[in-house]
Amino acid sequence: MGRTITIKQAINEAHHEEFARDDSVIIMGCDVGIRGNPFGVTAGLFDAFGADRVRDTPISEAAIVGACLGAAITGLRPIGEILFSDWITIPMDQIVNQIAKLRYMFGGKTNVPLVIRAPVGAGGGQAAQHSQSFEAWFSHVPGLQVVMPITPYDAKGMLKTAIRGNDPVLFFEHKRGYEITGEVPEEDYTVPFGKAVIRREGSDVTIVAVSIMVHRALKAAEELSALGIECEVIDPRSIYPFDYDTVLASLRKTHRLIVTHEANRRSGIGAEIVSQVVERAFEELDEKPVIVAGLNVAMPYSLSLESMVIPNEENIKQTVLQLMDRV
Amino acid sequence: MNTSAISMEESLAKLNTFKKEVMQELKAPDDLSRDQILEMFRKMALIREFDSQVKTLWKQNYIYGLAHAYLGAEAVGVGACTALKKGDYITSTHRGHGHVISMGGDVNKMMSELMGKADGYCKGKGGSMHIASVDDGMLGATGIVGSGMPIAVGAALTASVKKKDYVTICFHGDGGTNQGVWHESINLAAAWKLPVIFLCENNQWAISMNYDRATGNPAVADRANGYGIPGVTVDGFNPFAVYEAVRDAVKRARAGEGPSLIEARYYRYIGHFVADDERYRDTTTNDPWAEEMDPINRMRDYLIASGTASKEEVASIYQSTVDEVAASVEHAKNAPEPTEEILWDGLYSAEFMQMFGGK
Repeated sequence: MGRTITIKQAINEAHHEEFARDDSVIIMGCDVGIRGNPFGVTAGLFDAFGADRVRDTPISEAAIVGACLGAAITGLRPIGEILFSDWITIPMDQIVNQIAKLRYMFGGKTNVPLVIRAPVGAGGGQAAQHSQSFEAWFSHVPGLQVVMPITPYDAKGMLKTAIRGNDPVLFFEHKRGYEITGEVPEEDYTVPFGKAVIRREGSDVTIVAVSIMVHRALKAAEELSALGIECEVIDPRSIYPFDYDTVLASLRKTHRLIVTHEANRRSGIGAEIVSQVVERAFEELDEKPVIVAGLNVAMPYSLSLESMVIPNEENIKQTVLQLMDRV
Repeated sequence: MNTSAISMEESLAKLNTFKKEVMQELKAPDDLSRDQILEMFRKMALIREFDSQVKTLWKQNYIYGLAHAYLGAEAVGVGACTALKKGDYITSTHRGHGHVISMGGDVNKMMSELMGKADGYCKGKGGSMHIASVDDGMLGATGIVGSGMPIAVGAALTASVKKKDYVTICFHGDGGTNQGVWHESINLAAAWKLPVIFLCENNQWAISMNYDRATGNPAVADRANGYGIPGVTVDGFNPFAVYEAVRDAVKRARAGEGPSLIEARYYRYIGHFVADDERYRDTTTNDPWAEEMDPINRMRDYLIASGTASKEEVASIYQSTVDEVAASVEHAKNAPEPTEEILWDGLYSAEFMQMFGGK
């Protein structure tokens, strides 16, 4: 029997269940313990599993993430939380040069079972240092996995996959997604990486939407349907590994591609997706592929300005209409 | 214009201060057996021979990329690791050959790794700068200065959470002490009372940067006070002094009393890496340190003078390391090159590679 819960609750449940399942699982980060994280995603963990495994830390991101690595290679399955993903710049050396490289440099001697969780995304006037999405940076680094689930079912199942796996995973949660609801089974389950989901079927345009853009694309698709245009919305769920097969199969039907992400456009993940599609299936494209992404500007505070930077359903809708020669 | 980072006068003054304030006379502590003492000498000699050969082999292009020798530091690694038992861990620096040998590693596998061969410790993927012998507890060398600090803290965290009684020694250099992560890591370990020993191999040089010019207070051990943990400075040319300090810190760590900071002060009287031309300093300023402080010479003299071993026995131990290293060079030269089949191995877990290939 399924239940309807929020993404926040789904992530919380995944923590509780994995902590109960395996006593090697620990979490550390600023405010993850007594406070239960600012968004409440780790609520109750501290009381249930104690200060040894649920560790409030000083504000020392490099040490937290580096300690996750040391713990991972000696027998724990640590989760490191970065309060806002923007601050992942601080432990960047540990992630890029140590976590991603260590097993390879040392000849495959050890596994690196660790998860770094961090909220991404803009909205609500959090300005330039609390609004960014850096999935493209980490997708670029061999040795890392990057996932961005945006339904409760996926958030819970993919966090479990991340915790149980033997690789370092960047698990990015959209701040505007925490209250999204959806059905989640009672029983234990996992969601595999590298498998996209078709959120809405359609025959005219394929929209590959990353994270929160899935929901914006679905809204646009509904409005377009009323105009007689049917969009297929694909949620890749994981950024690396990325499921190109599902995208290419869709293109064979629609022959038109839009990729949308909230991160600013320049050198974003959309550029990689489009280039892969063009290389693999150029002949399937009837129109030029288009990327609908954030503007290449620092996120401004004022809501009036912020809304100009973040891509929305209207941007997607207009892009579809242009591709369909309906403007 | 004198562009040397240090004058002869300054070098001699530093040496005199070192002799007065830091140098400790060699004297084996009572808790070490004769066999252990001779084993310490053997490992120190093995490091000396190994890294002397590395320099030659690098110039002949058998070894390439970057290689940093542990010459002059032999007493630190060997002294420290003598205080460990099986199951303990160390993290290393970019100067890691001595750490592998100190932990009882295999010189054949290490030499193969340095020559980029398939049977090397890391299958030829790490080289000198990323040498690791994980099975011996040596969690690997890293090329980013200071970056091993939180990794050691994490290894100690596992011991704490899983209630295991192993300890972790975090080797790092004076250069690393001025990285932010150095401070974060010691603070975190102190706050959580983790079983880790921060062992600063203070060779007083970060490439061309003398430590006196790199900080307002070049006494590393003083910083321990800022974190509420014990800090001591020992003679880094003296394996027994290092052993005793680490032994005490290990005891404290195993008892759950938390981390310690040990500054093993020595002097890098060789180049930063094996082909460093040391254009930043007058190399004759190194000579007084090499002549007076060489840890192999001091140990050899001590063993004979104290009657621990005869002159012949000492010579025979040393010769055994010369032979072992020579054999490792032959081994590595004849070892196979890695092939494309293993290029992707280890990038992700085996199960992930099977599903996605990593590409």
